[in-house]
Amino acid sequence: MKALRWQVAAIVAASLLFPLVVRSDYYQHVFILALMWVVIGSSWNLLAGYTGQVSFGHAIFFGIGAYTAGLCATKAGISAWWGMVLGGPMAALIGFVIGWVCFRLRGPYFALATIAVGEIFRLVAVVWRSFTGGMQGILLIQTFRSKLPYYYLALFLALACIYVIHAVMRSKWGYYFVAIREDQDAAESMGVNAFRYKSLSLIVSAFFTGLAGAFYMNYMAFIDPEVVFSLHHISIMAILVGIIGGVGTLWGPPLGAFIMVLLQETFRSSFFGLAPRWVSELHVLVFGLLVIFVILYLANGIVGDWGKIQRLWSSKAGGGAPAAGKSS
Amino acid sequence: MAVFIQTVVAGILMGGIYALIGIGMTLIMGVMKIINLAHGQLMMVAMYITYVLYEHVHLDPYAALLITMPCLFVLGAVLQRYLLNPLIKVESILPENQVLMTVGIGMVLTELARMIFHSDYKSVRPPYTSMSLYAGSIAFNLPMVIAFGIAVLLTIGLFLFLLKTDVGKSVRATAQNKEAALLLGVNAERITIFTYGLGAALVAAAGTLLLPIYYLFPDLGGAFTLKAFVITILGGLGSTVGAIVGGVVLGVSESLGATYISMALKDAVGMVIFLLVLIFLPGGLKRLTKI
Repeated sequence: MKALRWQVAAIVAASLLFPLVVRSDYYQHVFILALMWVVIGSSWNLLAGYTGQVSFGHAIFFGIGAYTAGLCATKAGISAWWGMVLGGPMAALIGFVIGWVCFRLRGPYFALATIAVGEIFRLVAVVWRSFTGGMQGILLIQTFRSKLPYYYLALFLALACIYVIHAVMRSKWGYYFVAIREDQDAAESMGVNAFRYKSLSLIVSAFFTGLAGAFYMNYMAFIDPEVVFSLHHISIMAILVGIIGGVGTLWGPPLGAFIMVLLQETFRSSFFGLAPRWVSELHVLVFGLLVIFVILYLANGIVGDWGKIQRLWSSKAGGGAPAAGKSS
Repeated sequence: MAVFIQTVVAGILMGGIYALIGIGMTLIMGVMKIINLAHGQLMMVAMYITYVLYEHVHLDPYAALLITMPCLFVLGAVLQRYLLNPLIKVESILPENQVLMTVGIGMVLTELARMIFHSDYKSVRPPYTSMSLYAGSIAFNLPMVIAFGIAVLLTIGLFLFLLKTDVGKSVRATAQNKEAALLLGVNAERITIFTYGLGAALVAAAGTLLLPIYYLFPDLGGAFTLKAFVITILGGLGSTVGAIVGGVVLGVSESLGATYISMALKDAVGMVIFLLVLIFLPGGLKRLTKI
């Protein structure tokens, strides 16, 4: 446990120093996106990995957060930064309502319902032109020219999110969540109010995803419904971040977020200009192949199956040493 | 009134094709208990095959059915055999990993199509696509009528197959109770492979029939995957009769929505029905009919 604390301190220190060492705007940008995905992936993981309610609709909360921030500026006439205050609670509120409707359903049915709700939100944002600006989206002007404020804000969000989830999972709530994931009927028979705790899990998850959305609006200064409410770019990406890193682990989604964002950027920039241009079109294909590979061979993600990976490594090296115990 | 009838007629004709999509999905759902989120993407693959055959060999889209259906059957069987079946043995926290696998398959299929054919819209327009039959003032678009007819024939054929043949009976037995079917000597693994192939072949037929009245681009798959499970949920999971009714209901309500609400919200109509059914009628129309 003590060793782990050192590792965490090292990660935090490294990420605090990163933008001071790497001055390139581009790499700072990539890391900002990765940190944002740490928030989204970890929140998705709280609901899906720990509570067992696989959501295909996290774009709803991301989009709500982003639109709350955007509409603060365009409709309410206040700074879009108010979105950082209002976006989270707004997403949590929507999350509560969606949970109230969708938690009547279980397992795959819940997953399906979240896709449907997500599509409804996307279509409404597209069609309700007078309020949301429709397909034109919302265009603002960035507050800071330097990336540094955004970087530290994203870092703060990511650490806060990980810390809160860590704290929640160590509390009674965490045990209830896992109990519901393992067997909802058994949990209920032991007196766990499954509906209430699933809703709580969803609300916390939606809150942080909404914050990430509000951050995205302020950072990118442009949103449109096809981006922030996108099934593929947000909802599915959140799932990929979770499963590649490892569902039901604290450090899985953060690792997954960095892997996915770096992979995406590597391909989008055609290996930083080293490979022919057509490579840039391959990134979604690579994501797909990665999903298939991970599900087939590392069903619990890189962090969840770390012992398995180590075993494979050491047996290849000829040592055959027993796998180190998982620490979480 | 004429507008209303016309709208309903168009909806019912479309519903025939939707039913075909839904039956494929519901078969897979019934036997494997998974949601096939690559269903629309399989349809898209079949549509590209039809497109290539029409452009390069000048094969009529309806004749192309004889090629696309076997092709997709093989593709579906291979996917089930090598990607989905191995997952049954894998230990994982989330029980949904077969569903996530189909998401991955769907992404790969879409991106492969984009690599080969690029993102631009394609269409297949044999000369008869603009012809219509008239009954009074109501027009019946010819390719839609043909598509509806073929869809009905295929559905009847499928029912005969499921009810009368040994393989069909094994499929139904596996859907009803896998363990019992195993005990009675049904090779459940082979049945799952066969069923996924069959589902893929049915959706391939739907895609090929749809192509002369629709257009084609790689991302079309996702939209139809959504429609497919709206239909299945509407009809009740695993119920083939339900999928037919669900298909027609979706077709008619989309058509009414497009005429009376707004073209842009046409797709939202399906989603709203879907949510209402999930909330107020879980189990779908199957619950009402007891079939």
